Amino acid sequence: MTIFTFNLYKSKPLLLFLMFLQTINLSSQNDSVRVKRSSLDTSKMLLNMDAVYNRPFLQYGKIPVALGGYAEVSSNYSVTDGITNGLSFQMQRLTLFVSSSIHRKIKFLTEIEFEGGTKQINIEFAAIDFQFHHLLNFRGGIVMNPIGAFNQNHDGPRWEFVDRPISATQLLPATFSNVGFGFFGKTYKANIVWAYEVYLTNGLNDNIISNTENKTFLPAAKLDPNRFEESYNGAPMSSAKTSLRVKNIGELGISYLGGVYNKFQTDGLVLDKKRRADVFAVDFNTTLPFMNTNITAEMTWLFVDVPDTYTQHYGEKQFGGFMDIVQPLVRKKMFGFERASFNAALRIEYVDWNRDRFIETGGKIAEEVFAIVPALSFRTSAQTVIRLNYRYQWQKDFLGNPASKTAAIQFGLSTYF
Amino acid sequence: MKKRVLVFFVLLGMLGACKKIMPKAPDEDQILDGPIEGLNTEETRLFLDGDIAFNDEVFTPQTGLGPLFVSNSCASCHAGDGKGHPFSTLTRFGQTDESGNPYLHLGAPQLQNRAIPGYLPETLPPGLAFSKFLPPANTGLGYLDAVSDADLLALSDPDDLNGDGISGVPNWITLPSYCELRPGAISNAGKYIGRFGKKASTYDLLQQSAKAYNQDMGITSLYEPVDTYSKVEMDPEVSNASIQALVFYLKTLKAPIQRTTSDTKVLAGKQLFMASKCNACHVEKLKTGESPISVLSGKTFYPYTDLLLHDMGPGLDDNYTEGSAKTFEWRTPALWGLGLSKNSQGGAYFLLHDGRAHSIEEAILMHGGEAEQSKIAFQNLLENDKQNLILFLESL
Repeated sequence: MTIFTFNLYKSKPLLLFLMFLQTINLSSQNDSVRVKRSSLDTSKMLLNMDAVYNRPFLQYGKIPVALGGYAEVSSNYSVTDGITNGLSFQMQRLTLFVSSSIHRKIKFLTEIEFEGGTKQINIEFAAIDFQFHHLLNFRGGIVMNPIGAFNQNHDGPRWEFVDRPISATQLLPATFSNVGFGFFGKTYKANIVWAYEVYLTNGLNDNIISNTENKTFLPAAKLDPNRFEESYNGAPMSSAKTSLRVKNIGELGISYLGGVYNKFQTDGLVLDKKRRADVFAVDFNTTLPFMNTNITAEMTWLFVDVPDTYTQHYGEKQFGGFMDIVQPLVRKKMFGFERASFNAALRIEYVDWNRDRFIETGGKIAEEVFAIVPALSFRTSAQTVIRLNYRYQWQKDFLGNPASKTAAIQFGLSTYF
Repeated sequence: MKKRVLVFFVLLGMLGACKKIMPKAPDEDQILDGPIEGLNTEETRLFLDGDIAFNDEVFTPQTGLGPLFVSNSCASCHAGDGKGHPFSTLTRFGQTDESGNPYLHLGAPQLQNRAIPGYLPETLPPGLAFSKFLPPANTGLGYLDAVSDADLLALSDPDDLNGDGISGVPNWITLPSYCELRPGAISNAGKYIGRFGKKASTYDLLQQSAKAYNQDMGITSLYEPVDTYSKVEMDPEVSNASIQALVFYLKTLKAPIQRTTSDTKVLAGKQLFMASKCNACHVEKLKTGESPISVLSGKTFYPYTDLLLHDMGPGLDDNYTEGSAKTFEWRTPALWGLGLSKNSQGGAYFLLHDGRAHSIEEAILMHGGEAEQSKIAFQNLLENDKQNLILFLESL
């Protein structure tokens, strides 16, 4: 096994060969006796934290390596206050997974994402898991910090919407991954499953209050090109989450991420006091009985210690969240797809980028966005979705002037492969 | 059957949500931004470059912001090219007469009240005179820039020879070396007529912009190379090309378009405005002279200003001044776009030089000095007539 592992990671030809095998078997996978596809587990007792491994993989024979991935492509026609840049098409992302069972109790998985063509190439996950006990697993590598639900459960084919939630990708920086170590565990009892995760990783930096977005912007932390090599300030970021799922009720997650974000010292010389950013999130998902209506919601609160003498554009408090409601309308064999479904969905999302008040007037700082996104989707299976969205968004500036209005018609598809 | 009914209602709901499927552009007279008509393709490109520099560029510590600053982008102070908000009010201090500012060594004339992390901002030296300046709207500045000096002097009446109680004097200022004289520039003992700024202490839009980069954002340029923190010359942090594009943008922003011009109440209000002699300072009509931007040459426009300094009385005297202006003198602000001010000020009025007036009526009632008689005339109007006059001002 060790020799094989060595060969796999050192040998690019072998990896390419495995990917080739995957490609040639896409159309004939059902007939193949050697290449096995694991399907998406839609068991109700899984948690968001399981999403990273609960993906359809393709495995060749008894080789303990599995491959997978997903692609998302879309088109977008949007108008803001009567002005449009026309119709455009995006290869939103192409993501590749490789997983390996190094030992019965040692697993490795990596997720590499090409976003916007090759505009961004990110290692979103690359971690080795050691299982000592089901309640004590050790993980090291590039981990997805467990803040909210979307950051861990973000694969395109799982969602009915072309755009990712604003609060998850702009208030929170999904996908937010950092190098570090931590523990996770899970336990079942009757109809309840409880889990936890806790990590120490590299993390934030001054970019969160120094960026061209002109607002406190956690995703700007990802602009630091060295963040996978060394900590920006030597102070690790901690993240933790606990989740509880009760069968037939739903899953509730409470999570935290935080740490010192500023470069408070260099070469032992103190430059500033330690300034923290702390994020709290609550997520919930359930499927209502009878109607099979799926509801997913996530809310986030962000607190940042911004110097009093800096500009108030960079707020100390932020809040945001989204709620998705997905209603299956028809679920039957359609167009030759055995388990197809046709769904209606609605997303409501809101972000208040700056919950502070003006020092000069005492008035509320605005800087907020609200959007409503009705959607239709056709799923050939749980793994592939074609979706049509209509987005209407109101965005207020820092001062609270009349909102700019954006509407968009979005069409896209996303599939695991 | 139930599912079909459900599908029907869901689709109906979505159709309802899509009733106004795409947001329409606001009417041209409801917004302040946008270019003047008649720009050629090259000018339009330059306008767009300036639009980006003005509205999209946000400075950060990495791109030169500060270390001391007031704001980090042009748009922060002039949202939608309109008037500013108290958040971005400037504080100027130190100068009390035309002999100049003796406190340059203490950071005068402008206080940089913010700093990037790790630095301390300036604080107002105790006991010194100061005044707060609310950022003005940008619209129509090219027209104001293109009025000839001769026309401004023709409007001035320093000794009140016509006996109407209104003088109007130009602010004679010393120009920085990079300012180019406009066609027909008139000099007085080596000084020239300032026309921009609350005290008319700025000659043209290049000086205004280069100073704003430097004093407001801590961005050095070849025009204004001295860093406000270290007081030494620095490499330029913004290019001349960017500044020139921005100046072109400011020059070619359209003039505000008056609304509800045929409304009888607005027309009645205009009559009252004239009858109260508000137009003695807020001159309705000006004409541009020769401009390098051909579409700006020889145009008649309606800014409701004379670009001159007037005594506004002790109530508005902050004991601070610039150039040759007296501390109680203020340049007549243009009234065009007044009715749209709230849309760039967060939904509330902040009027007069420092935003102390929270309604048009309050602003009128704070007038004094040369405007005292006009204020009294307004106070003596019937309530209905006052409202008509305000409706007229809101229509501008």
